[in-house]
Amino acid sequence: MAASQASHGAHAPLRFHQRLSFEETFFGWLFILPAVLGLILFQLGPVLASLFLSFTKYDIITRPQWHGIGNYVRLFSDDLWIKSIQVTLRYVALYVPASLIFAYLVALLMSGRLRGIAIWRTMWYLPSIVPAVAAAAVWRWGLHPEFGPINYPLKLLGLPAPRWLADPDWIVPSIVFISLWGLGNSVLIFLAAITGVPQSFYEAAEVDGAGRWMRFRAITVPLTSSIIFFQLIIAVIQSFQVFTSAFILFGSNAASSAAGPGNAALFYMLYMYRNAFGYFRNGYASAMAWILFMAVALLTFVLFRTQNRWVYYEAGDEAT
Amino acid sequence: MTYVRYPVLIVGGLLMLTPFFWLVSSSFKTPQNIYIFPPQWIPEPIHWRNYVEVFEVIPVMRYVWNTVYVTIFASFGVILSSAMAAYGFARLRFRGRNLLFSLLLSTVMLPYVVTMIPVFIMFSRLGWVDSFKPLIVPHWFGGPITIFMLRQFFRTIPLELEAAARIDGASRPRIFLQVILPLARPALVVTAILALVFNWNGFLEPLIYLRKQRLYTLALAVNSLKEFESGLDWTHYMMVVATIMVAPVLVLYFLAQRAFIEGIVLTGLKG
Repeated sequence: MAASQASHGAHAPLRFHQRLSFEETFFGWLFILPAVLGLILFQLGPVLASLFLSFTKYDIITRPQWHGIGNYVRLFSDDLWIKSIQVTLRYVALYVPASLIFAYLVALLMSGRLRGIAIWRTMWYLPSIVPAVAAAAVWRWGLHPEFGPINYPLKLLGLPAPRWLADPDWIVPSIVFISLWGLGNSVLIFLAAITGVPQSFYEAAEVDGAGRWMRFRAITVPLTSSIIFFQLIIAVIQSFQVFTSAFILFGSNAASSAAGPGNAALFYMLYMYRNAFGYFRNGYASAMAWILFMAVALLTFVLFRTQNRWVYYEAGDEAT
Repeated sequence: MTYVRYPVLIVGGLLMLTPFFWLVSSSFKTPQNIYIFPPQWIPEPIHWRNYVEVFEVIPVMRYVWNTVYVTIFASFGVILSSAMAAYGFARLRFRGRNLLFSLLLSTVMLPYVVTMIPVFIMFSRLGWVDSFKPLIVPHWFGGPITIFMLRQFFRTIPLELEAAARIDGASRPRIFLQVILPLARPALVVTAILALVFNWNGFLEPLIYLRKQRLYTLALAVNSLKEFESGLDWTHYMMVVATIMVAPVLVLYFLAQRAFIEGIVLTGLKG
C-alpha cells in the first residue's frame, strides 16, 4: 500500500506532499550548509573585507586606520606598481593566445583516427601534473644561458642564443615558455571537445564538396567554440595571477630586492605578495587586489559580450 | 596530413618529456657537474649519494610527512563536503537552490588574490599561522568545481533507487551514505585524484601560512633549496627533492590514467 502511494506521488494526498517538501528543504539546507558557510566565510565575506581594507592602512598588529582613497591615489604614482602592470600585461598578451592556439593545434593533431592515442595523450599531458615548484627548478637549469641544454644546440650551430632568465627582455617570454610546458589540461579538454563533434557533420560537408580547411572552419571551430570560450576565460583569469614560477625564479630574496634584472619579473601578484607579506601593507595590497579584480571582471564581461558573435551553443544548451 | 601527424606528435611528445629526464638526471649529478658545458645528459659519475646526503642537509622525511598530512586531510574534506553539497543541489528541491548554486559556481571566476589577504588576517587572528589548519579547514567547506562535477554525476543516478530506499524508510543522510556514495564511486575517485594532486602541488598557501621550517611541505622545501647556503650551490639537492615530489604524482597517474583524463575533461566541459 505504502509502495503504491509513494510511486504515484502525484495522486498522494496534499498533506503528504507538503510534509515531503519540508523534509526536503530541511535536509537540502543541511547538506549544502558547509558549502554555503564556505561561500560566506571564504569567498563573499573576504571580498567585502578586502574592499573595506583597501580604504585603510593595516599592518595586522594595530587596528586598521581609515585612509580613504589614499591607497588608490598612491598606487598611480608607484613606479613599481606600473612596472608590475606592464610585466603582467605582457605575460597575459603572450600567454593567452599562445596557450590556446598551441593546445588546440596539439588536440587537432591527436583527434581522428590515430594509433597509440593513450601514449600520445600521456606524453603531452604528463608535464601538467608536475608541481610548479619542480617545473621552476628544472627550467632554472634548462634555460641557463651558459650551461643549459636549451642553448647548447643553438651555440653549437653558432646561432644567437637568448639569455632567457638572465635577460630582462626574455624573462616574460621564458616564463610563458615554462607555463606552456604544462598545458596538457587544455589539450585534453580540447581533444574531448573536438572528438565530440558528430562525424555525420563532416560527412555531410564532404558530400557538399567542402575541403579540409572549410570543414575545419565551418564545423570544428564553431562546434567547439563554447569550450574555446570557456578555456579563454580561465586562461585570462589565471594568467593575471601568475605567481609561483616568478616567485621561485626571482622572488624569494628580501622583499626589497629587485625581482630579476631591472624588475623584469615583477609580476602583479609578486608585487602584491611583497606588499602584504613583506611590508605588511595590507590596505595597500588590498587596493591592488581590488584593481586586479575589477580589471579581470571587466575583461571577462567584455569577453562575455562578444560571445554571441562567435560562440555557438547547441539548441537547449545555455551558457552558465 | 597523417604523414605529418605522427612525426610531429613523436618529436613534440619527446620534447615534452625531456625536462623529466633532466630532472632525474640532474638529481644524480655532483654539484660541479650541473653547471658545466656541454651539459651532461647522463651524469658522469652517477652520484647516488645525493639521495643520502639530502636527508642530512634537510629533514626530508618530515617534509614528506607534512605534505602527506595536509594533502590527505584537505582532500578528504573537500570530497566529503562537496559530495554533501552536490547531493543537496542535485537531488533535493528547496527554495533558493538554483540561485545559490549559480552563486557558488560563479566564485570559480573570483581571483584568489581578492580573498587571500582577509582570509589570512582571519586565520592569523585565530592564531592558526604556523599550523596546518589554514591549509586544511577551508577545504572542509566544499569546492565549487568539485561540487559541480559531483552534482553532474549524481544527477545520472536513477531516481528509482532513491525512491526505493525511501519506501524502506531510509532517511536522507542514510540514502546519501548508503545509496548515492557507493554508486558514485567512479566520480568520487576522479574528484579525489584531482584534489590529491592539487593539494600535493600547492605552493602559495603553504608559503603564506607555514613560516617555521619544521612545518614546511615539499614544495616549500624545494623553494628553500634554491638559496645559496654558506656559498654552496644546492641545485642538485633541489633536483632530488623535486624528484621525490614528482614521483608519487606520476605513480598515481599511471595507476589511474583513465580517472585523471576523465576528471580534467569534466572540469573543462562546463561551458
